[in-house]
Amino acid sequence: MRENNMIIEFDSRSENEGFARVAVAAFVTPLNPTLEEIEDVKTAVSEAVTNSVIHGYGERVEKIILKASIKENTVSIEITDFGCGIENIEKAMEPMYTTRPDLERSGMGFAFMEAFMDEIHIESEVNKGTTIYMNKKIMG
Amino acid sequence: MSDIFRIEDETLRIMVPKDLDHHNCITIRETADTIMMQQNIKEILFDFQHTEFMDSSGIGVIVGRYKNMKCLGGTVAAIHVNQRIRKIFLLSGLSKMIMIYEQEA
Repeated sequence: MRENNMIIEFDSRSENEGFARVAVAAFVTPLNPTLEEIEDVKTAVSEAVTNSVIHGYGERVEKIILKASIKENTVSIEITDFGCGIENIEKAMEPMYTTRPDLERSGMGFAFMEAFMDEIHIESEVNKGTTIYMNKKIMG
Repeated sequence: MSDIFRIEDETLRIMVPKDLDHHNCITIRETADTIMMQQNIKEILFDFQHTEFMDSSGIGVIVGRYKNMKCLGGTVAAIHVNQRIRKIFLLSGLSKMIMIYEQEA
């Protein structure tokens, strides 16, 4: 497959975390990923969407936009919210760092995204929102 | 009590659902803590035999129970951990914190 694109907009409800990762998994299927690659992508999407639900919107119901594209055998994923934004991205990316220990957040979200994807990039502005860009080459 | 939670002597076995994510963590956390307070529980055993997916939210719920059990002098363990879940355990350092049983005692 040469190129394929998709966009989904959904409410920032926790039940949509599962929907988002399954949608991306289905979208990536034509690249014939291994089971491990599929699980890696699903975990990374789940982490990013959960961050938007919990941190971006503080559990308010607003919109999350998920974009995915396939070029050659690389999948690129963008997850955007229009929530509170991240004040200190470097700090947010530190393993075990969390602003919500009250919710038993492990602080491993970004560490997992980094571990399971080839590249991750974050753009965020306080009170404007956050976009996570990730990509991964599917070896199959 | 739902079929997720089983009390076996002093062990609370939690049958982890197919997906252990933020959405599913909420009920597990609340119900497990209620049972722990009401019953004489010495061990929480997370049983992953039906689990296909887990993310960092799952780490949070296990670490949270670990901390609570430690206060009560109890332990937390996991069983039927497949390759994927094992990878998440290793990456997060959870495998150093709790026992992973290979099979039923």
